[in-house]
Order: sequence, then C-alpha cells, then structure tokens
Amino acid sequence: MKNTQITSNLIGNTQPLVCDAPNDMIKKENWTDNIKYLFVGIMFGIVFVKAEIISWFRIQEMFRLQSFHMYGVIGSAVVVGMISVFLIKKFNIKTIDGETVVFHPKKFQKGQIYGGLIFGLGWAITGACPGPLFAQIGSGYMVVIVTLLSAIAGTWTYGYFKEKLPN
Amino acid sequence: MEKIMQFITQPWAWYVAGPIIGLTVPTLLLIGNKSFGISSSLRHVCAACFPADVSFFKYDWKKEIWNLVFVLGTFFGGMIATNLLANPNEFVLSQATMTDLRALGIQDFSGLMPSDLFSTDVLFSLKGLIFFVFGGFLVGFGTRWAGGCTSGHAIMGLSNLQVPSLIATCCFMVGGFTMTHLLLPYIFKIF
Repeated sequence: MKNTQITSNLIGNTQPLVCDAPNDMIKKENWTDNIKYLFVGIMFGIVFVKAEIISWFRIQEMFRLQSFHMYGVIGSAVVVGMISVFLIKKFNIKTIDGETVVFHPKKFQKGQIYGGLIFGLGWAITGACPGPLFAQIGSGYMVVIVTLLSAIAGTWTYGYFKEKLPN
Repeated sequence: MEKIMQFITQPWAWYVAGPIIGLTVPTLLLIGNKSFGISSSLRHVCAACFPADVSFFKYDWKKEIWNLVFVLGTFFGGMIATNLLANPNEFVLSQATMTDLRALGIQDFSGLMPSDLFSTDVLFSLKGLIFFVFGGFLVGFGTRWAGGCTSGHAIMGLSNLQVPSLIATCCFMVGGFTMTHLLLPYIFKIF
C-alpha cells in the first residue's frame, strides 16, 4: 500500500498539472455521469446559503474577529476533510469505479503569497470567494453577475501575463 | 413534517455546515477521482470561451467539465435554498459588526447582503466599480496566481496536509484583514 501511494505521488509530480482541481479519473465519463457532480454542487450551494456563508456581513464579521461562525465552518470542514483523506490513504479506499484515488502534492511558489494576498483583498471587498459567487447569483443577487464576469476577466488577465509574473 | 422544515429553514450552525463542506472532499474523490476546487471553473470558462492563443488556456477543458457542472449545481443550490428553504426569522449579525459597519455608512442589516451595496443603483456608480468590478477582478486574478481559493487551498490542500496551501490560506487571511481594517475605511470615505 505504501508503494502505491509513492507511485501515485510520483505520477502527480511528473504529470503536467492541468489545473488545481483536476479530474484524475481514468475511465471516460458520459454526459449523464455529470449528474453526480451537479447533485454535490447543489448540496454545496444549499449549505452555503443556509449557513449564511454567502453573506457579505458574515465575511466582515470574520475579518473583524467578531464571530466564531466562519472560523468554525472552515475549521470543522478542514478537520473532516483531513480525517477523510487520511482514511482514504490509510485503507487505500478506491473510487466507486475501482480506481486508486490520486492526490496532488502542491509545490511552493511565490504566487501563493502574492496571489493569496490579492485574493484576500478581493474576498473582503466582495464578501465572496469563487464558490459563494455562484450561490449568491442563484439566490437572486443579480449584481454579483458583474463580480463573476470580473473574476473571469481577472483569471484571464493572470493567464495572459503569467510568464511575466514571479511564480 | 413542519418540525423538519422548521429545523431546515433556520440558519445552520457551523458544526453542521462545516462537516458537510468537509465531506465534499471525500465525496468528489470517491465518486470520480476529482480534487475539490472551485476557482478552476473560472479558468475553464476562459479556456472554453476566449483562449486567445494564451498557453495557460490551451488544454482539454472538456475533460474538466465536471467542475463547471459542479458550480452550476452551486448556483441551483443557492436558488433552492433561498426560494424554498428561506430563514423565516430576521438575519442576526453581531452587534459589534453592526456598530463598525454603521460607522462606515451601511444602514440596512435586514438581509444576507447589504442593500446599500448590492443593488443595481450602486452597480453603475464608482462604488459599484470598486465593489463589483475591481473586487471581482482581485478575486479572479488572485486565486489563479495563488493556484486555488478557499476550497482548493484552505479545504482540499489543508486536508491533504500541504504546506503551500497553509501559506496560501494565511495570505488569504492577511489580505482580508488588510482590506477590512486598513483599506475599507478609506474606500467608504470616497462616497
């Protein structure tokens, strides 16, 4: 089991990383397979609204250290995620299609600092990280469509200037 | 049934919401070998709609379509929760935050978002330019440069014990504190 983990780590290192939330499934998926992800996304959006994570006010509360709510949400999400990843690795739990779960070690890059700081500034102004943006629009806050389009423009601008920025 | 609805429609506590969000990580891994992350969807939109020969956007985005389906789900989830499971009671915000925000000029505390900012009137003003256009740009540019957002780094990355993700998460927080305490007071003074 240790060996498989090491090889999967090696593969993760040598494969060109296409994106940060990659699809590592070997089997090809049909259109209908996407319904699974739609459902998980719906659940995710419901939690975002019901726990008021999409609220600009809650983000202000968090950055002003005036409520524990957001820290509790993120903290307990991380703990549950950590335990899950640990168990998947420890017992080599396979996907429903019998594939080995692939994890990607992240390499340190300066962008995590510069980009992280810039995203933090934007998070406190807009009151949203990318996930809540979609849930806010679904909730009927139509002006957020502009924020989303702008975020897409920001992503595009980064892609355009990528080679000129310290990474 | 009424009891159940009452239970669901009240705002969910952090110890309910947090674990459900955390479970998204193993769920996506086990149903399709997918690493959790949301900001990638913005990149896929660029790759699908305006790749413009930029190498960063030249990849097989169709292979990553699940990510776009996922955020479409998040959109519908928001719609369902707001229209069918809405909290019947008033939105509760901490007194200290209300006091601080009143001092900045926010007057309406009745909804999840301040109507002083999130309205179409504001959109076509200098305020709108800063809060939506500039703010959104920082979110998109920053997350991509950092290689992930709160979901990809703070939740997926930390779950997988990645030090770079811890660094990124700390920087997200430093950026947020800087904006809230040092810059927002000046931004609100412009109007």
